[in-house]
Amino acid sequence: MHIPDGFINVPTVVVTSAVSAGAIAYGVSRANRRLGEKHVPLMGVMAAFIFAAQMLNFPVAGGTSGHVLGAALAAILLGPWVGVLIMACVFIVQCLIFQDGGLTALGANILNMGIIACFVGYYLYQGVVSFWGERRRSQLVAAFLGAWLSIVAAAAATAIELAVSGTSPLAVALPAMAGVHVLIGIGEGLVTAAVISLVMTTRADLLQLERV
Amino acid sequence: MKLKWWHIGFALALFLAILSPLASPAPDGLEKVAEDKGFIGRAREAVFELIPDYMFPGIGNEAVATIIAGVVGTIILFAIGYGLAWLLRSKSRGEV
Repeated sequence: MHIPDGFINVPTVVVTSAVSAGAIAYGVSRANRRLGEKHVPLMGVMAAFIFAAQMLNFPVAGGTSGHVLGAALAAILLGPWVGVLIMACVFIVQCLIFQDGGLTALGANILNMGIIACFVGYYLYQGVVSFWGERRRSQLVAAFLGAWLSIVAAAAATAIELAVSGTSPLAVALPAMAGVHVLIGIGEGLVTAAVISLVMTTRADLLQLERV
Repeated sequence: MKLKWWHIGFALALFLAILSPLASPAPDGLEKVAEDKGFIGRAREAVFELIPDYMFPGIGNEAVATIIAGVVGTIILFAIGYGLAWLLRSKSRGEV
């Protein structure tokens, strides 16, 4: 759901860019205090994996496709602030090199699919795990739910920005965006839970890293 | 050099990039909504283009162009992610 240039108006561009720039600055200062050696390769692999996974659009109902976003996965493994930094790197490269997502919409794309998706995914995951305990099954269910809601929340935020910009009324954009992404989110949930399951089986110690 | 877990992780990401020609060409969620609700026409073209549409320019075969674009992007993001974390890390922390 990368927003192209032209969909959001100047005030929305200004506000979303400011929020995203502020979050990136704070995320960098937090990461600067808390990242350790072990985070380094994981952050590289995470950024590479998310970029590659985002190229793989899968078909959903009604002639639409969706792709994995990866924000919830990054946030669950590395923490929401590092998640935001990874997603920002992905969107900046996609925008500047691949012309995916508009230059003026970069701040909005980072806000929706980076900040909102990472924090919603991370805190729903943490909430479910603290409610159901640290068992493998509850962690996988938590990952699925966190990832699913991260997509729906990002879609809702996008609809709100379209409405505020006068591109499409909220009563039209919100149900349409949420409706499609409720389905795309299922794919996100399955892939996120599968990757967390793989990490648990092969390198469970990576789940013990400090989340930033 | 000993094979580390993240070599395999990076290889997996490159493998996904190689699968990219199999991706569904259908419009994504936002594009589809924009088409259905009649605001797709508001979209503006980018002011400059390097590797538009995830196809490396100058390559006739679309699948090959997509794979090269995907591999190039995957390598760039590994380098940026790794490099950013390397710059920000504290050496005294996170040893396991």
